[in-house]
Amino acid sequence: MTTTVRPKDRLLFEGADWDFATLQRIHDACEEIALGELGLDVYPNQIEVITSEQMLDAYSSTGMPLFYRHWSFGKHFAHHEAFYRRGMRDLAYEIVINSSPCISYLMEENTATMQTLVTAHAAFGHNHFFKNNYLFKLWTDAKGILDYLDFAKGYITRCEERYGEAAVERTLDAAHALMSHGVHRYAGKTTVDLRQEEKRQQERRAHEEQMFNDLWRTVPVGRAKKGGDSGLEKRRAALGLPQDNILYFLEKSAPRLQPWQREILRIVRHVAQYFHPQRQTKVMNEGTATFVHYQIMNRLHERGQISDGNFLEFLKSHANVVFQPGYDDRRFSGFNPYALGFAMMQDIERIVTKPTEEDRAWFPDIAGRGDAMAILRGIWADYRDESFISQFLSPNLIRQLRLFHLYDDPEQTEGVLVSAIHNERGYLRIRRQLSREYDIGWTDPAIDIVDVDLAGDRRLLLQHIIMNGCHLQEADTTLVVQHLADLWGYDVLLQEIDSSNTVAREYAASPRKIVQ
Amino acid sequence: MHIVDRRLNPRGKSLENRQRFLRRVKETVQQAVKRSLQNRNIRDVLDGGEISLPIDGMAEPSLRRGGDGTSDQILPGNRAFVEGDIIPRPPGRNGGKPKEAGEGDGEDGFRFVLTREEFLDVFLDDLELPDLAKRRLSETEEESPMRAGYSVSGSPSNIAVGRTTRLAMMRRVALHRPRVGEIEALQRQIEECEDDESRLALEAKLKSLTEKTRRIPYIDPLDVRYRRFENEPKPVAKAVMFCLMDVSGSMSEHMKDLAKRFYLLLYLFLSKRYKKVEIVFIRHTDKAEEVDEETFFYGPATGGTLVSSALAAMRAIIAARFDPTEWNIYGAQASDGDNAHSDGNLTGQLLRHEILPQCQYFAYIEVGEEGGDSSASRSPLWTLYQGIRSELLPLSIRKVCRRNEIFPVFHDLFHKRDGQSKVTP
Repeated sequence: MTTTVRPKDRLLFEGADWDFATLQRIHDACEEIALGELGLDVYPNQIEVITSEQMLDAYSSTGMPLFYRHWSFGKHFAHHEAFYRRGMRDLAYEIVINSSPCISYLMEENTATMQTLVTAHAAFGHNHFFKNNYLFKLWTDAKGILDYLDFAKGYITRCEERYGEAAVERTLDAAHALMSHGVHRYAGKTTVDLRQEEKRQQERRAHEEQMFNDLWRTVPVGRAKKGGDSGLEKRRAALGLPQDNILYFLEKSAPRLQPWQREILRIVRHVAQYFHPQRQTKVMNEGTATFVHYQIMNRLHERGQISDGNFLEFLKSHANVVFQPGYDDRRFSGFNPYALGFAMMQDIERIVTKPTEEDRAWFPDIAGRGDAMAILRGIWADYRDESFISQFLSPNLIRQLRLFHLYDDPEQTEGVLVSAIHNERGYLRIRRQLSREYDIGWTDPAIDIVDVDLAGDRRLLLQHIIMNGCHLQEADTTLVVQHLADLWGYDVLLQEIDSSNTVAREYAASPRKIVQ
Repeated sequence: MHIVDRRLNPRGKSLENRQRFLRRVKETVQQAVKRSLQNRNIRDVLDGGEISLPIDGMAEPSLRRGGDGTSDQILPGNRAFVEGDIIPRPPGRNGGKPKEAGEGDGEDGFRFVLTREEFLDVFLDDLELPDLAKRRLSETEEESPMRAGYSVSGSPSNIAVGRTTRLAMMRRVALHRPRVGEIEALQRQIEECEDDESRLALEAKLKSLTEKTRRIPYIDPLDVRYRRFENEPKPVAKAVMFCLMDVSGSMSEHMKDLAKRFYLLLYLFLSKRYKKVEIVFIRHTDKAEEVDEETFFYGPATGGTLVSSALAAMRAIIAARFDPTEWNIYGAQASDGDNAHSDGNLTGQLLRHEILPQCQYFAYIEVGEEGGDSSASRSPLWTLYQGIRSELLPLSIRKVCRRNEIFPVFHDLFHKRDGQSKVTP
């Protein structure tokens, strides 16, 4: 005897309630579609259910489940909490961590539909992106990150016990201030292995202890050799200058840092490097995840695993997520990465499956190729926001979003110039400009350490190349340069060089005396 | 796939960071708390609450661009513009970018919610009752750990090494664990021995000895002893604070408000900081009565003024309930300084000979009209007290005219003094 499966039995859940068995069913159903139909390739998943307070906790420590202690996280927590309590801001539905296993936090308040959406979005969309995008592959070590953070937390705690909280806090403050300039921007080194990091630290220390011989202290030294007048070039080459990774340079070359301070700089640098790819792939990352959840939810609905009512609930929150208000809307606050990313992914899907003549002219490589998922998977693996937009923002989408380009020159008193709109003349310019806005090499100030005379006064010289007449923010820069001087241990000079190669502004600082 | 339920994890993971943050901005918070006291309703002060902090000292600077220079921007939602249009800048910003109002150096006026506990902690940070001297073993509120022998279980940090090794030695001796010397001697014997037979016997003996050594460990878990601690009650100082307030007709609303604020601070300070402080509220017109705190702070009353009545009531209560040999006695009096002429002498006598000798500390606050001069006073009571003060009795007098002077004066009267130094009048 056979039983016919009534449609109702296929439903993953009914209503809004869920339990852990439901979560399991939801995950399995999503997995079937994600791996089977969309061809995604993901890290194993770990789903953690948390409360809103824990979500606030996670917010304040940059989303990581464990992190070293620092007052600034307390400040962020207080800030988020105040907003949340006054109902001015909702919490995210989920947080997902680029680790293996890939950890997704789901809020307990979510309805069953939301849990499905979030599982599809985070556990499959983001997860696939983390595992396959070249930036993440190159710069992050998903398997090692949690262990490394555990080591970092323990190491910093031990430093606090040994050297005092105040000293550690000063070092961390300074390191945080320089965090944005503590990443390697270009590859050319071996990939990181955070597991090895901890071992190396221990080995270095053991080695130092082994090699310690108090007698060396008593060996008389002659007068220091006269620093030969080796040319500027030679001096720079010896220190690997110019160097844009300030934290790296300090860690390796700052003369007065204690070993533990170098290690703390290293930790902060590694954390900055870990988040570096995320800064460069906001649009793609969210676009991928949104596209994936949209596909999965639709498939689930087609297969009768989600009821019509729940699907409507999904559509409502999906519409909220991908909402992009116009520039003159009160709610406008820049581009919504979810909206832009999702729109571009859908546009690419359209180009691949149902191209117009225009698409064929603009995208001969992919137009009409038929297998949208294969093309998209390739794009997700090989691009970042800047290159993604400059390659795949189509005229169709520019028209749809009605993009326009404003050029603002303070010299021009009449007003702001509209220099391109969504027409034939404007497409390329708009596309190039938008991709620039996502290029952190363009948006972050370019600051290099250019010279230091180790034999002389040891003053550290940095230069900021001014672009578009845009100087550094004055108050902040003064503070950061002070922090930099504290770490360096001698005078520091930051020059701003404008387009005519003259020094426009200077920031100088001497290290502060530390009162223990 | 794993599902982990984290909801039951210990809460307050960020507590440590929060405390660090508070420590970091302690001074700012203290100022903000004191500022907030001046403007708030008396009752609200007790509830803690939101304070607004300026952000110096908690800035997280980074190297970023300022807003000057030319800029390019792509925006969505164009409806009317064509290429080459010039859009006038919105007024009020000189040449800035039109769309970045949310950016910049904002963030000033960082709102921060302190819990009641945190609020009071900050608020009462460096205050104490002066000269808390008489300590009697009567209340057993506080306990402190005292050594109480040894136990077989405990924390590794409490291992009693001496006792443990002694027990180990006893056991080794009792079980005849071979000594190291014994084995070494035997080994030497074997080396020197030439006779095969006795050598075999010796080797057998050595073997049994080494086996025995292995069976009977040097230190056995059985031997380990831990230092044991028991909680012993600790003597606690008993203290009583007398709050004497003038509520006569001559006190204006403003003066009463000042006096009440002062007592509220005092009440808050005592109830928060000292578990064992009795507080006696006495209010007086031309006659004095002991009241509960509700009536003291919020009940209406009016009449003439006889300060001696309050002092007499205080004396009677001390005699009846608080033996001066056991109790630390404190007094705080607030008044506008008016007193009936005929009463001056009696008041002086009472204070000088009856009250002050029994007190650890007596504070007098004179409240004045708003806009009055708080530096000096010629009121009858002030003159009288000033005369007494010069005789090195534990008496402090202060004058307050404005709300914002209350906290500094209060702080001045009760701030922590170092070491043994007595209260300066």
